[in-house]
Amino acid sequence: MTGVKEVDHGRRAFLRGGALLVAFTLLPATRRAWADTEVDTLGTVVLAPDLPGSLRTNPWLDAWIRVGPEGITVYTGKVELGTGVKTALLQIAAERLEVSPTAINLLTADTALTPNEGYTAGSHSIFDSGTALFNAAAQVRELLLASAGRSWEIAPARLTTREGIIHGPTGQTMSYADAVKNVDLHLYAKAESPSVSATSFKVIGHSLQRLDIPAKVSGGAAFVQDIRLPGMLHARVIRPPRPGCTLETFDAQSIETLPGVVQVIRDGNYLAVVARDEWQAIKAMRSGYESARWTGGQAIPEAQDIHGLLETLPSRRYPISQEGTPRGTTDHSYRARVTKQYLMHGSIGPSCAVAWFKDGTLTVWTHTQGVYPLRAGIAEMVRLPPERVRCIHTEGSGCYGHNGADDAAADAALIAMQLPGTPVRVQWMREQENLWEPYSSAMVTEVQANLDAHARLQDWNYELWTTPHNERIVNAGRLLPARLLARPFVSAPSVPIAQPEGDGDRNAVPLYTLASKRINMNFVTEMPFRTSAMRSLGAHINIFAIEACLDELAASAGADPVALRLAHLTDPRARAVVEQVRDAVDWPQKSSEPGAGLGFAFARYKNIMGYCAIAVRLRVHPQTGEVQIDHVVTAVDVGQIVNPDGLRNQVEGGIVQSTSWTLYEKVAYDAGGIRSYDWSGYPILRFTQVPKKVDVHLLDQPGQPFLGAAEIVQGPMAAAIGNAVANATGRRWLNLPLTRSEQPS
Amino acid sequence: MTHLTLNVNGSAQTLELEPDMPLLYALRNHLGLNGAKYGCGLGQCGACTVIVDDRPVFSCLTPCAGLDGKKVRTVESLGTAEHPGPLQQAFIDKQAAQCGYCIAGMLMRAQALLESNPHPDEETIREHMAGNLCRCGTHLRIIEAISLVAGQNGSAP
Repeated sequence: MTGVKEVDHGRRAFLRGGALLVAFTLLPATRRAWADTEVDTLGTVVLAPDLPGSLRTNPWLDAWIRVGPEGITVYTGKVELGTGVKTALLQIAAERLEVSPTAINLLTADTALTPNEGYTAGSHSIFDSGTALFNAAAQVRELLLASAGRSWEIAPARLTTREGIIHGPTGQTMSYADAVKNVDLHLYAKAESPSVSATSFKVIGHSLQRLDIPAKVSGGAAFVQDIRLPGMLHARVIRPPRPGCTLETFDAQSIETLPGVVQVIRDGNYLAVVARDEWQAIKAMRSGYESARWTGGQAIPEAQDIHGLLETLPSRRYPISQEGTPRGTTDHSYRARVTKQYLMHGSIGPSCAVAWFKDGTLTVWTHTQGVYPLRAGIAEMVRLPPERVRCIHTEGSGCYGHNGADDAAADAALIAMQLPGTPVRVQWMREQENLWEPYSSAMVTEVQANLDAHARLQDWNYELWTTPHNERIVNAGRLLPARLLARPFVSAPSVPIAQPEGDGDRNAVPLYTLASKRINMNFVTEMPFRTSAMRSLGAHINIFAIEACLDELAASAGADPVALRLAHLTDPRARAVVEQVRDAVDWPQKSSEPGAGLGFAFARYKNIMGYCAIAVRLRVHPQTGEVQIDHVVTAVDVGQIVNPDGLRNQVEGGIVQSTSWTLYEKVAYDAGGIRSYDWSGYPILRFTQVPKKVDVHLLDQPGQPFLGAAEIVQGPMAAAIGNAVANATGRRWLNLPLTRSEQPS
Repeated sequence: MTHLTLNVNGSAQTLELEPDMPLLYALRNHLGLNGAKYGCGLGQCGACTVIVDDRPVFSCLTPCAGLDGKKVRTVESLGTAEHPGPLQQAFIDKQAAQCGYCIAGMLMRAQALLESNPHPDEETIREHMAGNLCRCGTHLRIIEAISLVAGQNGSAP
C-alpha cells in the first residue's frame, strides 16, 4: 500500500467546536440519546448545548414560531425532499400549539426567513427540527397561556386551549393573536418544556395526508422547474468532456447569431448560453458542444480496476473501533472481500435553478439540501457579501443526497450576475446530470471474523476503502462551476464525517456483541471521480458485508442465522424488530422450489437511530441469474412515530430503491470516459422488477425520541437480498450489484 | 418560426413556434402547463408523458409540427387540486408520491391504460407502466392507486 497515513482518531469532520456529544430530549429530562455531529457544524454553531434538537443552534423561540393577526407561522430550516417532512413537522407544531394543522403556515428553508439548520440530510429532519418544534411550540403555547392568565388574573394551569383560542374557567376567551400582544417571543428557549402524555396526542401519530400531493397530481406549480418569472430567460451550460479539460477554441460569435440567443458566456473553461426561449437555448447549447474544442483532462480508470486502485491510492487511515483483545479463535471463521461500484443519485428531474440579480441582491431558487451553506459558497464565488445573496428552497426532483442541485444553483448565480435585472432559469440536461453529479463512492471492504465452539462471535476485523461521502458546500471550490472559471476556486480538503454518524464507515461497527474488534477506514482523497453524500453513505455496503458474514458464520457453525443475531443483540428494541420479522415470515421456512431463497438482515442506522429488520423471499433464474423478489417483510422502530403512512411510504421507497442499487446499478466507465450518460447506460429498476409484495410492520415507541426514517432500510435491504441469493443458490455473491457477471466465475 | 395550431386539453391554440420544438416545451413554456416534466429528453423515463389522441407519448420526443389534427391531453385535463378526477383522487388516497416529479407522467400513462382497458390486472399494470421511471420507489403505491380505479370502473365486461 502506498501513501497511507495513520490519522489521529479525533481528527474528523465537524468536531472543530470540540466534543459534540449532546443530550437529546423529546420529553423533558426523561429521554436521552446521542445527538448528531453532522449537521451542527456544517455552517451552524451550537449556541445552547443544553437545548433539545435544533434549538441548540437556534435557541430563540421566534426563530421557529410567530403569532400575529395574520395567524400562526412556523419556520423550519429543513426542506421537503419528497420525504414528507414538511407535513410531519407541521403535525408536530400543531400538536404542541394545540391548533389544527390548517391553522399554521409552515415555511421551509429560506436564508431570509428561517433558522439555519444546515443540511436536510442523514435522516435528521425530525430528529433535529421536529424535536425543536416539539419543544418550541409547547413553550410558545405556555407563554400565551401565561399572558391570558395575567390578563384575567387566573393561574395558567386553570386555562385550556382549543383551536387557537384560550378558554378560562368562567367562559373567558382570548385568541392566540390577542394573547401574543403581551408576550415577547424573542426569548431564549428553556431546556424543559411542558410535559405531555403521548397517549393524548391528537395529531402526532396520525396519518395526515401530505400537503404537497394535490398540486403534484394536477399540474400545480410544485417544483423549481415550474417557476416562471416576468421576462425570465433560459440558460444552458456547456461542460467539458471530463473534469480537468482546458478549452482551446470556442466560436461564441456564431452561437450569438442563432435565433433567440441573448448572451454567450465564456469565463475560462466555463461556458453557458442564454436565450429567450428554452428550446432556443437547447439548440444554442448543442451548437456550443459542437464548437468547443478541449484538451487534457483527468485520467479515468477502467471500471474493472477500480477496487484494486482504491486500495493503492494515497489515503489516510482512520481507526474506527479498537476494542478487546483478539483471541485468535479459529473454530469457525469467515473472510470476505466485498465491493461496490460508483452509484448515481439518478434524480428523475435533472437539476435546475432560477436566479435573479436585482438591486444589488442575488436571489436563487434552488432544490439544494442546505440553503445557508449554499449561500456562503455562492457569495464567495460571485464575490458578494453573504447578506446580498438569498437562497430560497423550492422543491425539485428527489435527490437522495448531494446531486447536481448546488452546482445548478451556482450556474444560475454565475449567469444571472452577467444579466443584472433579468431572472434566469438554468436546467441541466440528462447527460449533464449523469456526467457531473457527485457519485456515491465505489468501495472495498474486507471482513474477517470468527465464532468460538459455543457459537459466540469472537474477533471481528474489518477494513474499508472509500472516497469521500461528504463533499458538501463548505467553500466556493466545492461548487463545480466555480472550478471552471478563469480565476478558479479550489475545493476545501476532504474530511470524513466523524463517528458515530460515520462517512464511508457509517454502520461499519456491528451492533452485535463482539469479544474484540479492529475496524479501520482508509480514506482515499486523490480520487478519480468526484463523490459525495448519497442516502445512507457507507452503510449500504457495510451492512451488506456484516450481515453476509453473520450468515456465513452461522452456516459454518450449523447455527440458525436469526438465532445467532439474537444471541448477540442486547438492546431490546433491536431484538423486537428481529423477532417481529422472524415471526411474520415464519422463519426458517425454506421453499422447496429450485432457485428460491429467503434471507434475513438487521441494522440500527448509525447504531444510534432507527432500527430495521428485513426478510426477503426471492427466486434466482437458473440460467441468467436474474433475481425476482416475491416478498419483503420488514419491521422498523423509529421512536415516536409522527405520521405512520408517511413512515410506511419512506420504508417502502427505501426497499425499492435499495433493490435497484443492489441488483442493477453501477456507473459504467472506462479510460475513454463515463458511459452512463442516460438511462440506457445506467439502468434502474422498472415496474416489472418491483418486489411483488411488501409488508411493513411499524413498532411505535410512544413518547420516545424521534429517530428519523428515510435511510434506515438501505443497508438491511441490500443485505437481506444478498443473504437470500446465497440461500437460493448456495453461492455467496459479494460484488455489488448482484449480477452474475460481477461475480468471479 | 412558424404558426402551429395545437389542440391541448380540448382547446385549439395557435402558437408561433420553431417547428422542430418538442411538444414538451410548447406545453410548458408557451401554454404554461406544468404537468409534463423534463426528465431525459430521450423517451427513456416517461416524466413527460401526455396522451395524444388515445395513446401515451413522450412529449419530449414529439415534434409540434406533427400534431396537426391530433388531440393532446395533459394531467391538467384530469382535474384540479380542488376537484381531482378519479385517478388523481386515487393517487391522493393512496398517497402515491414521494418527490412527485414523475407522478404527472405516471398518471397520464395509467389514464391511457384505463381508457383502453378499464379492468387491468396487476401484471398488466406493471407491464404497461414499465416505460415510466420512479426513483423514490413509490411504485407499489402507484400500482395500488391504478388498481383502485380499475376496481371502481363499471363492472367488468
